[in-house]
Amino acid sequence: MCTYIVEKTPLMGAAKGPQGWVSIDTANVYFDHPFHAPLDHSLNIDFINERDGLSQRIAVELSADSAVRLVESILSALKQGEAAHS
Amino acid sequence: MSYYRGMTTQVVSITGHKGDKGEAYFAKPEGDGPFGAVVLIHHMPGWDDWIMEAARKLAHQGLMCIAPNLYFREPGSPDDQAAKARADGGVSDDQVVGDVEGALAYVRARKDSNGKVGVMGFCSGGRHAFICAARIPTMNAIVDCWGGSVIVEDPAQLTPKRPVNPIDYAKDIQCPILGIFGNDDKNPDPAQVDKTEAVLKSLGKTYSFHRYDGAGHGFFGSERPAYRVEQALDGWKKTYAFFHQHLG
Repeated sequence: MCTYIVEKTPLMGAAKGPQGWVSIDTANVYFDHPFHAPLDHSLNIDFINERDGLSQRIAVELSADSAVRLVESILSALKQGEAAHS
Repeated sequence: MSYYRGMTTQVVSITGHKGDKGEAYFAKPEGDGPFGAVVLIHHMPGWDDWIMEAARKLAHQGLMCIAPNLYFREPGSPDDQAAKARADGGVSDDQVVGDVEGALAYVRARKDSNGKVGVMGFCSGGRHAFICAARIPTMNAIVDCWGGSVIVEDPAQLTPKRPVNPIDYAKDIQCPILGIFGNDDKNPDPAQVDKTEAVLKSLGKTYSFHRYDGAGHGFFGSERPAYRVEQALDGWKKTYAFFHQHLG
């Protein structure tokens, strides 16, 4: 189904797209029909810099299972990294 | 004419809501006409390959088809435009009606138009088609393919961009309605489809609803796992017959 649900998350960092590295300040996260991935629904993340508009959007479309594994990987990497750097 | 009909396609300019200059994909069958026409409304992810394919399928059946880009005001490629529109909470119903009126005006102004125009939409486009059929009194037919949120059960879902529960527009629909739904869909689910049908029936509208077992949401989409070949072929067959009857 099409939904208008978007989780908007402020963040600080950088992402690399077709035109090179850009600063990003927001992630728009939603679970809906993908544009490209061969799925009925996907977890979509648009990394953007709101100051520059969406022309520099860095986008991913992930299967639901992939998205959960990614979340787990991020948390695991953070935990291990923080322990190693402390 | 040979068994297979030729066609021409192009991107054309339309005058949309509030006079904004927009764009639309236009497919025209080979020949001088006159042809009936369909305004085809894309789903939430925007003006994608699928909607162009659907436009060509209708042209192959002898109908002119115009598919406006409802996100033309945003910068970038169609997927970037869709992302921006989504982040802004979607497009307003008033704007969609204005853009569809612009697409309708484009085809009606053509010398090869027979003056009859229908509207068809998928998913959120089905909801938009429902609204357009009510608010554009000269519409001659509507095909709603699994339009979600036609019945708004939570008032919190009504927003400044979508201020009216679409089912409240039903009384204003004067043209015949074809509805195509999958029984495994969650929006609209079978109970919501039943409610919509009950309203149309109570209002004495001319409608035909078709519900398919073994199909969910978006089952016409041949490039996605939800595709159901048997149900999709039958749904398209009913769509062609419906448009030929009312736009021919």
